[in-house]
Amino acid sequence: MKIVIVGCGRVGAVLAESYDAAGHEVIVLDVSTRAFDRLPAEFRGSAVRGDGTDEDTLRRAGAAGADVFLALTEGDNRNVMATQVAIEKLEIGRVLAKINDPVRAAAYAELGIATICRTTMLADAVSGFLGLPPSGIPSMIAPRDGHHGTHEPLGSAAGAATSEEA
Amino acid sequence: MFVLVVGGGKVGYYLAKELIENGHEVVLMEKDRARADQIADEIGSIVVAHDGCEGKYLGEAGCARADIVAAVTGDDEDNLVICQMAKHHFDVRRTIARVNNPKNEDLFRHLGVDEIISPTRMILGSIEQDIPVHELLHLAALGEGELEIIEAQLQDGSPAVGRPAGDLAMPEGCSLFAVIRDGVATPLRPDMTLRVGDKVIAIGPSECEALLHEQLIGDDPEAVGPRR
Repeated sequence: MKIVIVGCGRVGAVLAESYDAAGHEVIVLDVSTRAFDRLPAEFRGSAVRGDGTDEDTLRRAGAAGADVFLALTEGDNRNVMATQVAIEKLEIGRVLAKINDPVRAAAYAELGIATICRTTMLADAVSGFLGLPPSGIPSMIAPRDGHHGTHEPLGSAAGAATSEEA
Repeated sequence: MFVLVVGGGKVGYYLAKELIENGHEVVLMEKDRARADQIADEIGSIVVAHDGCEGKYLGEAGCARADIVAAVTGDDEDNLVICQMAKHHFDVRRTIARVNNPKNEDLFRHLGVDEIISPTRMILGSIEQDIPVHELLHLAALGEGELEIIEAQLQDGSPAVGRPAGDLAMPEGCSLFAVIRDGVATPLRPDMTLRVGDKVIAIGPSECEALLHEQLIGDDPEAVGPRR
């Protein structure tokens, strides 16, 4: 698969490394070249410095025609915008945005973007460790029918993704 | 009318001020506490010192009953999210976004933002009116600048129009190698007849520019005018 990762932070770098090692074609973007220090020396994918919300930058990086687009920067809004550029402009079918505000995460899932929310994910992990009940808010939401149409959730769907109904 | 303004920079500040003077109900959201306090001191306690991108705070600021939400922060992605949250999560009837990157305009419109204000586009529009179109456009300089790649858009009055490319008297060392016609770039063949609107790409020494200009644009002073 051709996989685009916007944001080479800890999560982005870990995924870039493992997908590259698994033989996928990986393109990782970050606004800071320093972020690429997180990639191992044997990384064979391309690491491009640039703004992942900018259509021209994404095209120049070779993002057009990708199978998967992951927006994992520290900014919820940047992730939201990057994925919408990916859907609308680059016509990439499978996109995922990291959105740490649970309200925004749910709202964008309704607009057709798969979202992952670290806030509820961590909260539930902590509660689970303490043996306390979880928040009840899903931390990964598959997109519903929306303005963008449906997009399949990532990661062999049902297993990793929790739909709101589930 | 109840207007929710998000972003307390210069634009948001004056916007809120003017709206209040015109008798509207206004809430201004500004996430920077110090800036929010400063604005509140000047125009009254209509300021919510929270991030307008966060759903929870938008709700607390009364987004659900707003007639209009105006997202005027300096960041396009924030303005997009504010408008989309207002529109789709709070059912606000009319959303207005400030857009800095003109390339984002159609995306915003497509994604449901009702009104788009692009200061960049407005200033660009004003400047372009003063740029003559009958100029050569420098696409690239090769090496230390000895050779240049130049684009010329053929207009009425250009001596090249209606003639096969191979007939043009090119200055020493210059050649035409491609043409962009109706948005499609193709290699230029000597038998191709040039038309008005064609963008011809040439390569040549930089000192030949005046001669290229003469051949491709023409030297009719009447033809040179501002773009309208």
